[in-house]
Amino acid sequence: MPTTAAGAGPQAAPAGVDDFDADGPYRISGSVSVRPESFGALVYDFHTRRLSFLKTRALVRVVEALADHPDVHGALEAAEVPAHQREQYLKALAGLAKAGTIQPRETTT
Amino acid sequence: MKLVEHFVEGLNSPICLTWELTYACNLSCVHCLSSSGRRDPNELSTEECKAVIDELQRMQVFYVNIGGGEPTVRSDFWELLDYAIAHDVGVKFSTNGVKLDKARAAQLARTDYVDVQISLDGATAEVNDHVRGPGSYDTAIRAMENLYEAGFGEFKISVVVTRQNVDQLDDFKAIADRYGAQLRITRFRPSGRGADSWDELHPTREQQRQLYDWLVARGEDVLTGDSFFHLSAFGEELPGLNLCGAGRVVCLIDPVGDVYACPFAIHDQFLAGNVRSEGGFQGVWQDSELFAELRGPQSGGACTKCSHYDACQGGCMAAKFFTGLPLDGPDPECVLGNGEIALAKLEMDTVIPKPSLDHSHKTTRGPRKDGGPVPLTLSVRRPDKACDTDPLAGEGRRLPAGIRAH
Repeated sequence: MPTTAAGAGPQAAPAGVDDFDADGPYRISGSVSVRPESFGALVYDFHTRRLSFLKTRALVRVVEALADHPDVHGALEAAEVPAHQREQYLKALAGLAKAGTIQPRETTT
Repeated sequence: MKLVEHFVEGLNSPICLTWELTYACNLSCVHCLSSSGRRDPNELSTEECKAVIDELQRMQVFYVNIGGGEPTVRSDFWELLDYAIAHDVGVKFSTNGVKLDKARAAQLARTDYVDVQISLDGATAEVNDHVRGPGSYDTAIRAMENLYEAGFGEFKISVVVTRQNVDQLDDFKAIADRYGAQLRITRFRPSGRGADSWDELHPTREQQRQLYDWLVARGEDVLTGDSFFHLSAFGEELPGLNLCGAGRVVCLIDPVGDVYACPFAIHDQFLAGNVRSEGGFQGVWQDSELFAELRGPQSGGACTKCSHYDACQGGCMAAKFFTGLPLDGPDPECVLGNGEIALAKLEMDTVIPKPSLDHSHKTTRGPRKDGGPVPLTLSVRRPDKACDTDPLAGEGRRLPAGIRAH
């Protein structure tokens, strides 16, 4: 089962993702595809061939909202993540950034 | 609810889809899970295969495991490979290496989103060829050399663990290291011709323990397809899902488009539908009665009273079925020995299910009188008529070399 591939394999982290910055703009990486499932979503990175999971629907909403907001906090707001859960979500997003699932977005202005 | 519990109820699309492109194969491995050998006249055409790929793209099936038979003997194999990749369906294909010459290896090295898995069932020619046929070890090693020289990167070496090769696990790892490959070991099942070779080849109880200990000690960077979850009853859980994924996250599309719950369950009882039907593959995956049943509560029978049930979940459905054990009974290789007890209790007149299909070569393998290869060439065209099941039928292009009937 390819689920064991998630988290396995030597993948060089793209530059700049070790320091996840919730005040900056992010987006889903170009090589990543998100498939909705009842629990949340399956995430597949065509580049690293890693399969991973977004374990809540709210996290899926956050990840999809990233591209429309100037910072991560805005996406959390838009996805209606309750204040007491924000810390937990930021941790999850930092993990996704580390894995290359999401990446910093160049701002146009 | 834990993630794995969602998997039990099934997903919108499979995670692990095996697609066997053809029943034709140049080899006659004694443990072939699909009893392959001769092509089936009813196999999906190139256009039908492309339609399936389109559907997989729509369903966001991110990659497929392509096998057979030997998939590369289909003349449209490379065309389908490119088509799948261009449609966001990554491909991992299993091959015995017969077609992986230097040119193909270089082509594959240039292709993104393709993964190659070379089958090898012995770390020596003696052990391998006993199962896979004369010359098959050399063919596989040559293919590995070609991939390595072409700079393909980390391909996979796929080993079915048997009584004869369980002592060679370290040697397989060494071969994988030599070619920069990743080792993948999977469980032998009594499916297809594997039913006939099961008694001879399936690891003994002592060997199951040996295998478990090896996986715990050395298995960190070895892939297993999560296929050894029945061994988790020995103690600590092995990494992976520890769940039978049949019809839930796994299924098989066979060469004629039939959809089965699992690659190891080619039998009418596990047939969910056909991709040629109106709803296509998606209709079968989402609406088939069989899959709905498999995603519902399962009865573990007497096994549920066992303290190890949470670890092994009753084992492998196909292994039980093709050894004649009830699906709510123990796995034939239950590490507590309950499978052996159950097998001993089977009545003499128990009818053990046979695979529904058999595409085995009609000739038996073995030394020939003149000792040399029989100069047969296989047609790469589909036979014209349903009765022309023999690969020699028709007058298509001929494969010049490499494919010889053993």
